[in-house]
Amino acid sequence: MRVTFTVNGREQEADDVWEGESLLYVLRERMGLPGSKNACEQGECGSCTVRLDDVPVCSCLVAAGQVQGREVVTVEGLADQARERGGRATDGTTLDQAKGWQAKPHGAQAAQPGQLAPIQQAFIDAGAVQCGFCTPGLLVAADELLERNSSPTDADIREALSGNLCRCTGYEKILDAVRLAAARQDEVV
Amino acid sequence: MKTFQYERPADADTAVALLADAPTGAYLGGGTNLVDLMKLGVAAPDLLVDVSRLPFDAVEETGTGGLRIGAAVRNSTLAVHPLVRERYPVLSQALLSGASTQLRNAATVGGNLLQRTRCPYFQDVGKPCNKRRPGTGCPAREGAHRDLAVLGASEHCVATNPSDMAVALAALDAIVDVASGHGPRRVPLTDLHRLPGDAPDRDTTLRHGELITAVELPPPMPGARSAYRKARDRASYAFALASVGAVLQVREGLVHHVRVAFGALAAKPWRARTAEEALLGEPATTASFDDAVRHELAAARPLRDNGYKVPLARRMAVSMLTELAAASAGGTP
Repeated sequence: MRVTFTVNGREQEADDVWEGESLLYVLRERMGLPGSKNACEQGECGSCTVRLDDVPVCSCLVAAGQVQGREVVTVEGLADQARERGGRATDGTTLDQAKGWQAKPHGAQAAQPGQLAPIQQAFIDAGAVQCGFCTPGLLVAADELLERNSSPTDADIREALSGNLCRCTGYEKILDAVRLAAARQDEVV
Repeated sequence: MKTFQYERPADADTAVALLADAPTGAYLGGGTNLVDLMKLGVAAPDLLVDVSRLPFDAVEETGTGGLRIGAAVRNSTLAVHPLVRERYPVLSQALLSGASTQLRNAATVGGNLLQRTRCPYFQDVGKPCNKRRPGTGCPAREGAHRDLAVLGASEHCVATNPSDMAVALAALDAIVDVASGHGPRRVPLTDLHRLPGDAPDRDTTLRHGELITAVELPPPMPGARSAYRKARDRASYAFALASVGAVLQVREGLVHHVRVAFGALAAKPWRARTAEEALLGEPATTASFDDAVRHELAAARPLRDNGYKVPLARRMAVSMLTELAAASAGGTP
């Protein structure tokens, strides 16, 4: 079957997709976007987390046909998305603003290669990355958390990230990274 | 995964017609359970009829002051809906206690109701399982059954229903709207799931091809309080060891209306009807609650390693009812 959908702001088309392929497979193997990781394939580890029509989902459990006509943002699109969001107020992004977001990879606003979203920089600065396999999924989930809740409590962070497993860090540095990104977000008023 | 055909019809009539002609086909909601089971080889439908984008995505007040929830509404959307949070806290709390953000964002109301057990033997195609392959036996009775049923099980199956949402819906006297080629029908939530008996392969009373289109909640009881509580191995993202959803209305210190439903104790949300009947008209006190819940749980038949569930469920229910009674007396919303 043919599947057409938007990935990081670009219309994408995949032909001869087997019905049993997951969104994760299509992204990694057909679209050259290996950022979303393939680990448990059961929706338990969150390493394949992407945003589908704005909300984080496990792309390993989305059948390819289900994404027809929908919008996907992967970790590769985080920097562009963050630039588009721009100078947000400290009370976070409204639902309408979030829904209205469009990546413009070809426009003047596009992030340059190597540019990072604030959440990515915070993960580096806080030492929240060890082997790195869980990192893309955590970045997508944490970025979405901070978009809807600019001052999350530790309980908010734990609940929002409970679907993302990390076997290296013990999570403390990841919590630090999200707190850091939230604090930096507050500075940019 | 076995090869299958994928269809995404635009309306319910087409969806129903497609599945009526496909004896081994299945409806697909968010995919969080079915796609997983297909990868594991536990489910092998030859046709998936994607109903996640049918126009059943609204949450609307009914003419009588109740709430009608479309079957395609996402769990995360329903959990934070203002009317649900205000009038049916038990449902909002149950939804938020289930799964992870990612899964709640994908899972639909209809799919949540039809998710299969997480019994490890059911999910492992290398093991016998009467639910997956009738007649092969149930290793759970002698094996790993710490998480499994203490109420309503049979010699053929001791699986539990994993849904948190369904427990809240049982306590709320929800009605399930079902469409089929024979016209619509309405099924009380408490009649949707069935106990295993000698046919554990049948989780529900739905016939092949019947499609859940909505769940309807009756109007909230004036002044009633409701809550959901869940015991699990970690603070988030784990299935229940035991859970309880309750609705309590107290008038002049007496129980005027009470609903108690247990999760993770049986193959269906377990409505504690014995306890409810015992409590009606009784003083809304911890002693009454304890007596009634003990009476209810006297029916429990634990296995070697899951007897802990009985006192756990009892204490959770009694403490919750006590708190709801105190909130009623104090006028706290």
